[in-house]
Amino acid sequence: MNIKKATFKGGTHLSYNKELTSGLNVETSIPPEEIILPVSMHIGAPAKPIVEVGDKVKMGQKVAEATGFVSVPIHSSVSGEVIAIEPRLHPNGQKVLSIIIKNDMLDTPDENMHPNSDYKNLDSKEILNIIKEAGIVGLGGATFPTHVKLSIPEGKKVEYLILNAAECEAYLTNDDALMMTNSDDIIKGLEIVMYVLGIDKAYIGIEDNKKDAIEKMAKSAQALNVDIYCLATKYPQGSEKHIIKAISGREVPSGKLPIDVGCVVLNVATAKAIKEAVIDGKPLIERIATITGHGIKTPKRMLIRIGTPIEHVLAQCGGFTDAEKFILGGPMMGISHFSSDTPVIKGGSGFLLLNEKEIDLSESNDCIRCGKCVSACPMRLLPLMISNASVNNDFEKAEKYNAMDCIECGACSYVCPAKRMLVSNMRVAKREITAIRKEKAALAEAKAKEAKN
Amino acid sequence: MDKLFIVSSSPHIRSNVTTQKIMRDVLIALTPAMVAGIIYFGTRALYLTVICVITCVLTEWVYEKLMHKKSTINDLSAAVTGVLLAFNLPASASWWIAFIGSIFAILIVKQIFGGIGHNFVNPALAARAFLMTCWGVRMTGGAFIPIDAVTSATPLGILKEKLAESLPSYINLFLGTNVYGCIGEVSKLALLIGGIYLICRKVITWKIPVVYIGTVFILSLIFGQDPLFHILAGGLFLGAIFMATDYTTSPITPKGQIIYAVGCGLLTVMIRLYGAYPEGVSYSILLMNVAAPLIDRYSKPRVFGIQKVKKLKKKSEVI
Ligand code: SF4
Ligand code: SF4
Repeated sequence: MNIKKATFKGGTHLSYNKELTSGLNVETSIPPEEIILPVSMHIGAPAKPIVEVGDKVKMGQKVAEATGFVSVPIHSSVSGEVIAIEPRLHPNGQKVLSIIIKNDMLDTPDENMHPNSDYKNLDSKEILNIIKEAGIVGLGGATFPTHVKLSIPEGKKVEYLILNAAECEAYLTNDDALMMTNSDDIIKGLEIVMYVLGIDKAYIGIEDNKKDAIEKMAKSAQALNVDIYCLATKYPQGSEKHIIKAISGREVPSGKLPIDVGCVVLNVATAKAIKEAVIDGKPLIERIATITGHGIKTPKRMLIRIGTPIEHVLAQCGGFTDAEKFILGGPMMGISHFSSDTPVIKGGSGFLLLNEKEIDLSESNDCIRCGKCVSACPMRLLPLMISNASVNNDFEKAEKYNAMDCIECGACSYVCPAKRMLVSNMRVAKREITAIRKEKAALAEAKAKEAKN
Repeated sequence: MDKLFIVSSSPHIRSNVTTQKIMRDVLIALTPAMVAGIIYFGTRALYLTVICVITCVLTEWVYEKLMHKKSTINDLSAAVTGVLLAFNLPASASWWIAFIGSIFAILIVKQIFGGIGHNFVNPALAARAFLMTCWGVRMTGGAFIPIDAVTSATPLGILKEKLAESLPSYINLFLGTNVYGCIGEVSKLALLIGGIYLICRKVITWKIPVVYIGTVFILSLIFGQDPLFHILAGGLFLGAIFMATDYTTSPITPKGQIIYAVGCGLLTVMIRLYGAYPEGVSYSILLMNVAAPLIDRYSKPRVFGIQKVKKLKKKSEVI
């Protein structure tokens, strides 16, 4: 085990506000009366319910199955009875088919959970299947099915397995909490992944503002061949592309995936979930989340069962005071929502209630060409140029300025003194460029057909 | 739950830097030079500065009122233009010179092109050039003669005209004592303090001022001139720290800023040595202002994940 230092070029410092929750113990949320499980809590095909209204279910029982390779099943986080299967408001803002289960408060465990004290008796395929069947997805917020990420395509080789513990978003401290409480589990999970991928070395990246976590992880990883990188505290250090750049020195080419440069990046919470699935036989039914912001009475870090209504969690934090914005995820990349009447889902790392002072609603002014967005952009784009092109509906120009490479990290909007809505203009540009490309492709296809005839 | 929260695009938090705060920092950074100007040239320096600032702000306000545009005087950029213009005037300038210059700067150079962020040359410098063209005598040479002074020429004037007077010492040049020139340019010490303040406050980076002054130093050395004299004399510090770093009219790419600063330095030395004027800072910056968009276009940083070769190919595709 070695400890090293690294970072990437560009980026910005945020007003972190992590101290709202950083020293707090992780509390276990009181189990709710009922849970709401949307069939889509991951990227990929939605799961298909395999229970019916009136069915009795146990804690950890599979209630919806995967529908294809890029899909994962869903498990009940309580024991009780299915009382409805109907569309409910999903944190993405739409109504999504959800399984509603009434909690009998007994927590009767499902007998189908098999512990495997020695994972080395299993082969990679079996372990990947366990990971899939446990419903594990990227818990940093991306929610991409983990078994897909770990199924390395033919001809590709993993050289860098990176555990992402940067937690560069402001306000959030849930990964920090997890490292303080479960560092052994995380490292065990990492070991399992190394075994699955057949590699003998791994890397862990942690921002240097989490000194205690670094120490904890270093202790747990002592016997393992890993390098721990203390990364400069700078946003967006935890972006997949930038943690790869910092640790391996490699740049993921435009339009390519990390595996194309031999890298796989996993979030610490995902590693812990893998350990619990493989060793303890426990599916993904709970997660740690940060409930914070100046708009909530008592900010907390809590272990919450998946499907718990967010209102139920907020009530345990004393409810909100003068919150004006409710955000799922971090303040830089999270999604704001008009209602907190949704459930906690797998990717729910943070629940933010921000008051008027924190959100800064001042209107945008003219760009003064200060170049701050340029030096903050981790992709080395010229955000002001793309934004201007986008506002003028000149999407060809936006494309020439590499709009498609924008990772929507928000650093440019954050630093802009004129408070311009750079990221939303970026999004418009990206959407339009994609549409134009599709149109062009369709046209080309039609032409080719015509030529054939 | 009754309350509906505000929904908007991420990011949901923003830094506390605003255009107004940046301009306020520039004004603060200009204060030491203002004080030096008052010490060396008396209250006339203050008087002219006040005229410039008031005229600039009023022009902006009236224009925006008439055009039914949102007033931008609160962003303080017009005030900054006012101070910078005054700093580029000789203390003996009449009030109407300051008045006309200010209207020209704000109305013709800034507002007609669309206001803050849209002008392509620095308003204060363009106004100075305009005044020099129309009333050259009142802007140079004799204009620097204080009522009761013995010497008359600016240090660069002495050099250019090969006057018999002796050149001022480095220390005088640095402090601004016993030298003549525009209101804001004489004390390099005061300007330096302002520049360091701006860099510490992250309003500007070291790049443009250091590269600009460095280029002048090296080129004067190459041309067999006294490099120390060349960087300390005239308006180089004022130009390099406060004018060439103007956001709107300088390149936004890191590489572009270096090219631009080298260009400014090169032109300054050329004008000083071979041009008709003793001083070349304003014209150099103005010329480079015009070139800035072009420099930006050809100094785009390499995008993350796109290799050089590919970029070159892309460029040729574009052409
Ligand atoms: S940060 Fe804002 S004001 Fe500055 S150049 Fe970028 S868009 Fe313009
Ligand atoms: S949101 Fe896009 S353009 Fe803005 S800083 Fe991030 S990557 Fe750059």
